[in-house]
Amino acid sequence: MLKQTEGSHAVAEAIALCRPQVICAYPITPQTHIVEGVGEMVKDGTLANCEFINVESEFAAMSVAIGASAAGARAYTATSSQGLLFMAEAVYNAAGLGLPIVMTIGNRAIGAPINIWNDHSDSMSMRDAGWIQLFAETNQEALDLHIQAFRLAEELSCPVMVCMDGFILTHAYDRVDIPAQADVDAYLPPFQPRQILDTADPVTIGALVGPEAFTEVRYLGHHKQLRALSLIPKLATEFAAKFGRNSGGLLRTYRTEGAETIVVALGSVNGTVQEVVDDLRNEGAAIGSVSICSFRPFPISALREALQSAKRVVVLEKCLAVGLGGIVSDGVRKSLSGIQLKGYTVIAGLGGRAITRVSLRQLFEDAIADELEQVTFLDLNAEVVSHELEREAQARRTGPTAEAILRRMGTVASQIG
Amino acid sequence: MPNELQEVKFYQTGTFTVGNRLLEENERAVQANMRRTNSLNSGHRACQGCGEALGARYAIDAAMRATDNKIVAVNATGCLEVFSTPYPESSWQIPWIHSLFGNAAAVASGVAAALRVTGRTSTRVVAQGGDGGTTDIGFGCLSGMFERNDDVLYICYDNEAYMNTGVQRSSATPPTARTATTMAVGKEPGNVFGTGKNVPLIAMAHFIPYVATASVANLRDLEFKVTKAMSIHGARYVHIHVPCPLGWGSAPADTIKLARLAVETGLFPLFEAEHGEITGSTKIRRKVPVEDYLRLQKRFAHLFGAKPDEARLARVQANADRNIAKFGLMD
Repeated sequence: MLKQTEGSHAVAEAIALCRPQVICAYPITPQTHIVEGVGEMVKDGTLANCEFINVESEFAAMSVAIGASAAGARAYTATSSQGLLFMAEAVYNAAGLGLPIVMTIGNRAIGAPINIWNDHSDSMSMRDAGWIQLFAETNQEALDLHIQAFRLAEELSCPVMVCMDGFILTHAYDRVDIPAQADVDAYLPPFQPRQILDTADPVTIGALVGPEAFTEVRYLGHHKQLRALSLIPKLATEFAAKFGRNSGGLLRTYRTEGAETIVVALGSVNGTVQEVVDDLRNEGAAIGSVSICSFRPFPISALREALQSAKRVVVLEKCLAVGLGGIVSDGVRKSLSGIQLKGYTVIAGLGGRAITRVSLRQLFEDAIADELEQVTFLDLNAEVVSHELEREAQARRTGPTAEAILRRMGTVASQIG
Repeated sequence: MPNELQEVKFYQTGTFTVGNRLLEENERAVQANMRRTNSLNSGHRACQGCGEALGARYAIDAAMRATDNKIVAVNATGCLEVFSTPYPESSWQIPWIHSLFGNAAAVASGVAAALRVTGRTSTRVVAQGGDGGTTDIGFGCLSGMFERNDDVLYICYDNEAYMNTGVQRSSATPPTARTATTMAVGKEPGNVFGTGKNVPLIAMAHFIPYVATASVANLRDLEFKVTKAMSIHGARYVHIHVPCPLGWGSAPADTIKLARLAVETGLFPLFEAEHGEITGSTKIRRKVPVEDYLRLQKRFAHLFGAKPDEARLARVQANADRNIAKFGLMD
């Protein structure tokens, strides 16, 4: 059924179609509308046989999900930013225990300085927690990925994060096709747990494991993700056959045939990237792009195949490995093993800084001319930075950096975008 | 007759941790008999004289009896978790999960929700942790579980410090007690006065259906309270005082004696409360001065010696007397 709705609400409807049995809710912008949406559906009876639990923190949200999943219920929660960090210990724990929880991340920057707007720092910080991480490009894909995520999680007994850009997707009204319940039921069978807290067959879950077996437990977690490399495309193909549209998979290429320059990015920014690729292609530039959907497991082979004929790769990242450069670039570099091409890391869109077509066009032209630095910060205001550095060189007690910058800039709102 | 004794399994050699299992079959204690509920089996690696192991065994066995053996246990990280589950030799004969140090109450809420939504309503949930996992790091999740009135019995085994990590102070550590982080040095050796929190009273402030304190000195009372707790739905809290020979510097054989002295001095009052109101307390028949309790423990040794710390001993005595008055422990 076609519907014009908010991204968060589209996801809430997708979650309801997946028949979750326990949902833990704790508010944090920009994810909140999702749990509000499912909460309403539980309360009005649309989503039956579901416990909707208002918890006291994100740490509790994931902990309740852990208990529910271990006791055999399909469990779901959603969070963002500080919330994901606050639940970090439980995030690792869910993966270590092999519990197939699905969680939406409304991607948002991490403070300080506190910032509610979009970038990928939050989910990237959990990249080694053992969760599968899928990034949605559009609201339709966000909706579809949740349906695939429960199937993927439960087949592997591995938790899955579906990452969607905060505000850009979560708060955007767009047309989405909401599948029929019968089709979702046919695609996603009821949860059959691999382990369950059952009085008829008692098991100990979460026992102390010493050096004699810890490596093996960790290897098996890694092995699950390697299996996901083939399962993710398989589930996407099955999804396409049933629902008639392409969503998910490891990655998608856009106009990469014969491309000398390939831009790699995650999430909603791919829409803008593709528009600029179109513009440059029309002008004769050999440029294309790759949208990575599966960030964990990282699709090394598929990416290598996509990049192997290119001369250069530009990794456009909404996150920053402080003191190193890019996080996604790390994975991309590993994919380049054995092939020779220039690699550029571009840090863009931090804390909701708009990534405009104008800026991207200039950036790609610089890349094509090989005039980019190894690590570039897109639209960095060099004057602000140098002024602050100068100030710090002049005096010891210069006060809070963010406040000093904002005071000098004047009206904050006028600077956004 | 089938073999009623467990197979002896040695996880560690060269230690005394296998204890009871080394004895001839006819010399073994009742704990090795498989006809017991044995929710927490013999063969775990608790220290000699561990009050927590004793408390947990009686509490969980009582909960099992009260629910026709249908219990799921959720355990916080801590001594109980570590000594009972050296992989793969779990001592637990019931479905049991350990997630983290600070989330046992929340995990238990999740288990309860899953049981409810999947229609397994006759199975009940018990969460358990030490005082650190309950009164400190797990306090947020505990309060959340209480506030939602989730169908969970939470049992705190209170040995008054972080014993698993090497005896550090918790918010349940009593004044003047020496721990690794409240050393017996300086002008006022040991833990200070005027800090800490009384979680049973805080639990009552959530107006949950049932709160009780219990002690391994009175196992029948402990069993009664756990059994009563299991007859009630909603959030319930039982706080059990469990001496720790290692952390308290006491003789393993004195565990029960110390637990009894804690009750008889008034330092650990035994009471029950329903929906925020105290409904009863265990009377002290013969009041014992706090000195008799403190002297048996090396963690209080700095109060005695050549020049006893009369001033601070009097303050501890005043705390005990205040409890006696507040909880009506003497007629």
